[in-house]
Amino acid sequence: MSADLLTTPLHALHIELGAKMVPFGGYDMPVQYATGILAEHKHTRAAAGLFDVSHMGQVLLKGAGADAALETLVPVDIVDLPVFKQRYALFTNAEGGILDDLMVTRRADDLFVVVNAACKAQDIAHMQQHIGGLCTVQPLPDQALLALQGPQAVTALSRLNAGVQKLTFMTGGHFELDGIDCFLTRSGYTGEDGFEISVPADKAVQLARALLAQPEVKPIGLGARDTLRLEAGLCLYGHDIDTTTTPVEGSITWAIQKVRRAGGARAGGYPGASVIDAQLAQGAARKRVGLISTERMPVREGARIVGQDGQDLGIVTSGSLGPSINQPVALAYLASSHAAVGTQVTALVRDKRVAMTVTTLPFVPNGYYRG
Amino acid sequence: MTIKYTPDHEWLQIEADGTAIVGITHHAQDALGDVVFVDLPAVGTSFNPKDVAGVVESVKAAADVYMPVTGEITEVNEALRDDPSLANSDPTGAGWFFKVKLAKPAELDALLDKTAYDDLLKNA
Repeated sequence: MSADLLTTPLHALHIELGAKMVPFGGYDMPVQYATGILAEHKHTRAAAGLFDVSHMGQVLLKGAGADAALETLVPVDIVDLPVFKQRYALFTNAEGGILDDLMVTRRADDLFVVVNAACKAQDIAHMQQHIGGLCTVQPLPDQALLALQGPQAVTALSRLNAGVQKLTFMTGGHFELDGIDCFLTRSGYTGEDGFEISVPADKAVQLARALLAQPEVKPIGLGARDTLRLEAGLCLYGHDIDTTTTPVEGSITWAIQKVRRAGGARAGGYPGASVIDAQLAQGAARKRVGLISTERMPVREGARIVGQDGQDLGIVTSGSLGPSINQPVALAYLASSHAAVGTQVTALVRDKRVAMTVTTLPFVPNGYYRG
Repeated sequence: MTIKYTPDHEWLQIEADGTAIVGITHHAQDALGDVVFVDLPAVGTSFNPKDVAGVVESVKAAADVYMPVTGEITEVNEALRDDPSLANSDPTGAGWFFKVKLAKPAELDALLDKTAYDDLLKNA
């Protein structure tokens, strides 16, 4: 392992479990365990998978004005976010592009924020610089983060605390698990029902072992995490969304509540609002869509997409074989004129041409628990 | 039965009729992870050594399969095309990739025998 890579509190446990380790976001992380990516992916969709996501950044925003302050950085309704509800948000830049995507949960005395590992330092600096004077920005380097995902996650987790059953999708709460005070949200990055668990770093291995002791639970690496989120149609920051993509181009306008759009009570007031409001009104020239193939060759990030006349239509930003449906799937940005569901396009892969069809997302039905 | 190996982690089983069966080694399939797609050459195509004869794709990445010798493809493994996981479950048997008619059998002398290949793996 390179001396420059950071480690999570579960690093030794991953090695003990036979993980193949790779660098990710500056951390030495498990890409798979002995069973491999396909088996880990299918296990998560059938039972329960345990993921170490401690490399991600956890931050608290504290103070009476924290919600209004965060609204100056994101095109999302935070002020009216009810207590113990969670929302997906985006840090934007002056061009309406995306600096990172994040999750925000209102708790009794703070906002609990989770950001991507690769953007952690920049996001914390961004918050400190722009809203550090309006609220307290408190990173939580001593908290680990575990994700337990799959249709049997709640069954497994209920053995540690039956109270978790009352959480519904995108809600959170404090629960004692194996004697450890944890903060949970019923959400994740797989398209399945499941939980993200914030646990003190010095108790993370204990909790991980308690979860792995449940018969439904297996450890899952980042390789399957990527195929799971891709089948769920979810964006990976730095690939499907980045500083050059707006939320409109990225097809994530559902994250922008009406109150923050032009005409709403708290319209604008975040970076790039004029660009985003203009695109909400007039549309954008390109759009992120789902592509699916009936052939076998995977179509990966960077593959060009062309139309019937050979004209360039766009580019693939994520792609792989979807293990649950056994078909190649991809996310791509296409010219809006050719982005309608059902449009037939061609992907260029090496010297081959792969027929693909624009399709709705997700590729695999969600299993979210809405109560 | 003579089996030769290449530094690119391919094996060749030399047959009495002047052909060789070619596949990837156990080390290669382990390094690749789950194989999801195999792009095999067309029967009748001729290749020179080090030419890219095909592609083997895992979940995460695509890797070139190199032609280890000069020759013409006489057969490809249709079962592998239909079930790429054979490259993982049986890389030295049912997971073979293609058969090649050796144009220059002397080229085999430059390839590794099992001892030399095992040494290469030990020192990797």
